[in-house]
Amino acid sequence: MGFEKFGRKSFTGITKTAKFVDFLVEGKVEGTVCKKCGAKFFPPRADCSVCLSKEMDWFEMPKNGKLETFTTAMYAPFGFEADPPYTMGVVDFGGGLKLFARLAKDIKPEDASVGMAVAIRTMKYDDGQMSFEIVKA
Amino acid sequence: MAKDVAVIGVGQSSFVRGYEGSIRELAFESFREAMQDAGITQKDVDASVFCSAPEYDKQRSPAGVMAEYLGLIPQPTFYIETVCSSSSSGVKVAYSMIKSGLHDIVVVLGFQKMSEITSAESQERMGRGADIQWEAPFGTMMPAYYALYARAYMANHGLTHDDLMAVRLKSATYGVINERAVYRKGVKPEDFDPKNPDAKLAGPVAWPLRVGDCCANADGSSCIILANAKKVKAISKKPIWILGIGAASEAVNMAARPDFAKGLSVGYGAANQAYKMAKITAKDVDVAEVHDCFTIAEIMAYEGLGFAKVGEGKELIKAKETYKEGRIPVNVDGGLLSKGHPIGATGGSQIRTIVLQLRREAGPMQVKDPEIGLVHNVGGVGLYGNVTIFGR
Repeated sequence: MGFEKFGRKSFTGITKTAKFVDFLVEGKVEGTVCKKCGAKFFPPRADCSVCLSKEMDWFEMPKNGKLETFTTAMYAPFGFEADPPYTMGVVDFGGGLKLFARLAKDIKPEDASVGMAVAIRTMKYDDGQMSFEIVKA
Repeated sequence: MAKDVAVIGVGQSSFVRGYEGSIRELAFESFREAMQDAGITQKDVDASVFCSAPEYDKQRSPAGVMAEYLGLIPQPTFYIETVCSSSSSGVKVAYSMIKSGLHDIVVVLGFQKMSEITSAESQERMGRGADIQWEAPFGTMMPAYYALYARAYMANHGLTHDDLMAVRLKSATYGVINERAVYRKGVKPEDFDPKNPDAKLAGPVAWPLRVGDCCANADGSSCIILANAKKVKAISKKPIWILGIGAASEAVNMAARPDFAKGLSVGYGAANQAYKMAKITAKDVDVAEVHDCFTIAEIMAYEGLGFAKVGEGKELIKAKETYKEGRIPVNVDGGLLSKGHPIGATGGSQIRTIVLQLRREAGPMQVKDPEIGLVHNVGGVGLYGNVTIFGR
């Protein structure tokens, strides 16, 4: 599946990491790990910025982490007008792995808090776009 | 402290909503003022550097077009871009061009005409100044990014909405007296009160940031003219020397940011380099301009620059230490919050303010007898950071 299917609205059509979207379809959120030096990356990279290797493997991101911070957007940029309010945040899984995503609609902003235990899951929008979101652990 | 390169001329257009002219005409406004300030003509200029963030206007490769309009051809010209810090990056490049001996006098011109597109389009452009592959698909925008930092500060350091408001109250104090500012209205605490039906600044934009926590879009241009010591001696009566320059970069994606409760790493990195080069410490700074695109950004800047320890930036504004009469006056021209933030013009405008302060020409905004001034200019969500230190 092409990368234009990623997210509420994709700005990138072609990338060597387009397989990320196929993993989303399978219900998996995957990062990449360098075959040479073992550096792990999320979001995924096709190339290693540590040792400059081009040989990367996929790995499944941890399921559980902590919400490091979050914000609720009451306005939206051009192209996202139908969505507000929506909450976006950063999940810290430990070990240097973090992830940025929207919080699931079933978490009310007033119920979210810094440090709360959260999990991630894949999701599909009504128009077929694939993404992932932060949910309660 | 080496005195090799100095600012010999500064200019700034008024920062306005809806400038009645094209981008080259907007550039002319600050250029003319800076040239008159420096007392030179175009034949004295060896090269020019133009700075803006792309996609606000339709002109591709603006440097050549503007150089021609300003009478700066056939000298070399080119374009520098680091979004909101473009013109302080331009000054760093111009400094290097002069220090290397390649050129004697270089013009740095920053401009932005934001009013050619709508506010929603502008948010989309700014969001695409971050990670378009992995983050913009979630509907990111600048206020939301900075709100992530504000939230982390609230949870980890006890930062409050009143602390953020205090930053805006200060900037508005000086926006009122700055004739070049876009937002010249005074701001009162009632303007942030959600119970007040007339409160214009209380509405949430990206919670916890409110309308009043966000800077004003504007059209504007700024111009800084730099020269080497030999030219300064020959033509300038009031040079302000560049004593230190630092610049840093950081991961674009929020997933790679080490700690939201410690602010923007580029602030620390750029400041440390600049202090080291100038052989000074934070305590030596008499007046500063910092990148307050949002109220939280000013508090993070206090900490990055070493005016306060991590988590204690809010105490500076609570105690009014960053007012004109305080221990370290910051953004006493209204800052980005009230003076306005025409992206590519902002760094140059900050430098102009510091140059006028050090020359004791800042009028009603003048701080008492400053010797050392500092400019902190950030691009994107701390993607780029420049700190430049100036002295008499």
